[in-house]
Amino acid sequence: MRGRPLLYTKYASEMALVPTWTKRIFLGLFLALLILIPLQVIPGLGFLGDSDWMRILSEVLIFAVGALGLHILSGLTGQVSLGHAFFMGVGAYTAAVLGGEVGKATIGLGLPMWIWLPAAGIVAALIGALVAPTAVRVRGIYLAIVTVGLVFIGEWMWRSLPDVTGGSQSGRKFPGLELRVWKEPEPLISFDTDGPWFGIEFSGEAKTYFFLLVVVIVLAVVTKNIQRTRTGRSFMAIRDRDVAAEVMGVPEAKSKAISFALSSFYAGVAGALLGAFVSRLIPESFGLFLSVQFLAILLVGGLGTITGTLLGSVFVITLPRFVQDFTSLLSDTAESGSGFMSSVANIFVSTGQGDVGLVSTAAGNSPGLNVSQLNLVLYGVLLIVFLIFEPLGLYGIWIRIRNYWKGWPFTY
Amino acid sequence: MIFILAQEAPTALEKFFNATYSGLALGAIYALLALGLVLIYKATQILNFAHGALAAMGAYFAAYFAVTLNFPGRYISGAPETLQWVLSALVAVLLAAAVGWVVERLAIRPMIGEPLFAVVLITIALDIIIRAITDDFIGNNPRPLGTPWGSDVVQLGPGLIAKAEIATIVVAILCLLGIAWFFRTRIGVAMRATAFDQEAAMAQGISAGQIFSLAWMIGAGLAAIAGIFSSVFPRSVGVSAATAFFAFRALPAVVIGGLDSIIGAVAGGFIIGLAEVYTGAYLNFSFLGTGFAGIMPYIVMMAVLLVRPYGLFGTEEVRRV
Repeated sequence: MRGRPLLYTKYASEMALVPTWTKRIFLGLFLALLILIPLQVIPGLGFLGDSDWMRILSEVLIFAVGALGLHILSGLTGQVSLGHAFFMGVGAYTAAVLGGEVGKATIGLGLPMWIWLPAAGIVAALIGALVAPTAVRVRGIYLAIVTVGLVFIGEWMWRSLPDVTGGSQSGRKFPGLELRVWKEPEPLISFDTDGPWFGIEFSGEAKTYFFLLVVVIVLAVVTKNIQRTRTGRSFMAIRDRDVAAEVMGVPEAKSKAISFALSSFYAGVAGALLGAFVSRLIPESFGLFLSVQFLAILLVGGLGTITGTLLGSVFVITLPRFVQDFTSLLSDTAESGSGFMSSVANIFVSTGQGDVGLVSTAAGNSPGLNVSQLNLVLYGVLLIVFLIFEPLGLYGIWIRIRNYWKGWPFTY
Repeated sequence: MIFILAQEAPTALEKFFNATYSGLALGAIYALLALGLVLIYKATQILNFAHGALAAMGAYFAAYFAVTLNFPGRYISGAPETLQWVLSALVAVLLAAAVGWVVERLAIRPMIGEPLFAVVLITIALDIIIRAITDDFIGNNPRPLGTPWGSDVVQLGPGLIAKAEIATIVVAILCLLGIAWFFRTRIGVAMRATAFDQEAAMAQGISAGQIFSLAWMIGAGLAAIAGIFSSVFPRSVGVSAATAFFAFRALPAVVIGGLDSIIGAVAGGFIIGLAEVYTGAYLNFSFLGTGFAGIMPYIVMMAVLLVRPYGLFGTEEVRRV
């Protein structure tokens, strides 16, 4: 009986944050792993502590913040939104205006992070609440198109506000990840410069990673708690059948508006973090592709679950890096020029003029896709493969494994 | 977007007529795109976000056959220039339709009846794939399509109109008439029946699968035609990476008309086209920044949706509890 998933003897235990011991143990181990990665003490995973991998993992965490927001709107409330990039832009530029350096070409007030980071979320949430009346009137595919419109209107807005965004040419600088009490020159804690913490030497990348990890953990717990409240349950009721929910007394328009605002809050925070992390962004960064990435994260990970959302972030954001490594490996094999593997690699890779292949690593406009185009193509193909063969995403694979062991030694 | 004719007119009347012609031509392109989107949506209940990518691909095919390969010039060198170009454009459209068929069979058919998320994302994924490959073939510079009428402009009434714009409007009207005729044929009636009630249609012996394929082929073909005309003289110098994004502005046209209304798609296309050009011609205040005309379609769309959530001609969805 003990440790059986989905078997609860008390209501309180069903509603618990982490209901079973298996989950508690796995969660603890996973958290320990996440904390140990930058220390480079785990055999086999030490490379993840390198500064370039730390940057990729930090990006994963930032996208996880945004994806948690879309999880509330799409996963819980069931509304397809492609407007996430717009709200990220709102958050990023709110943060930039409040926290940016004073006296530059772009507006900046030089306020500390404990003001600009929450403010980014709050302003985005307010804008989300402003858009909500239009958004709750339309449903389904119409909402998807309205939110696409939002992204394009946003892009135009950022382009026409060069004082805030720095324009399309150079973009603007965003405030760094530094904790200050007020505007003093030396930050209290800096999350992006090398230095020791508690006697251990950390790189700036590792510190950024730790900071973002804390943000993600806090926001994930908040999301999980939202799911357990009356509001969260009203979201799910609307997702499962909106008319039925309304008949039972769930205020549909109000719940959708709350969901929209909450999701925008997360998007705003994610946008501010992305700006601070990349440090310089052009307005076009907040385009439709960014929104698509979040939708992809949700669907690849598994719609409607926090675990799936986090898994999806890891998968979607680390994928380009793996493609890049794989392409350079192929290219190296092809250029080594001997053996069977080399000729196989040569079919796929074109390394110079006159060589024809699927992928081109040569400079200039030679036949064959370049690495970023290959990344896009593989990204699209993977999405299609996932949607057709595993509609429940990575979480669905886990569910299948779990059900296998749950019924073991029987097949069901 | 280039609206040379609308900007340089000396008198207000000429400016108005220039803008109207330009708007009608642009509206014709949007109407073609919207028509394809609606056909696909009615048949398969899938909104094709890859429409822009298909349009860009069709335009690239046309550029390839007409300019790079000089395809007709090699074999029928005696024929008039216009006929040669039309032939190569026709081949491009047919090729695009073939791609539409492949796409439908590979990616769309398994997704029929899946939840909205999956359906939205699958066409976005297709868009990403087709766009990346097309961009690679196009290269860094826009590829001209080598139209026979070049940048010729003729006087029509008080205003000026580019020959390419006349061609756009004529071709669009021909396509609309063609679709109207098609719906009266046996296959067209089968398509309407499938869109109306898939199960009943299948019970009558109509192959729903063939209808899906056909809808995607026609949709992709129309997208290619729109793509070709959106990358000639008054709009741009040739097909480029931006051509694919152009089609996203046809989405408001579809929504304004109503996703499941053919008449709505055409009306929406012309409304959007005229709104965009009039905005570009008359609302050029400096505080609006650049490219305000480009987002006018979305603003019109939001205004319409506030009043009518299912578009002007769309049918309101009846849902059970």
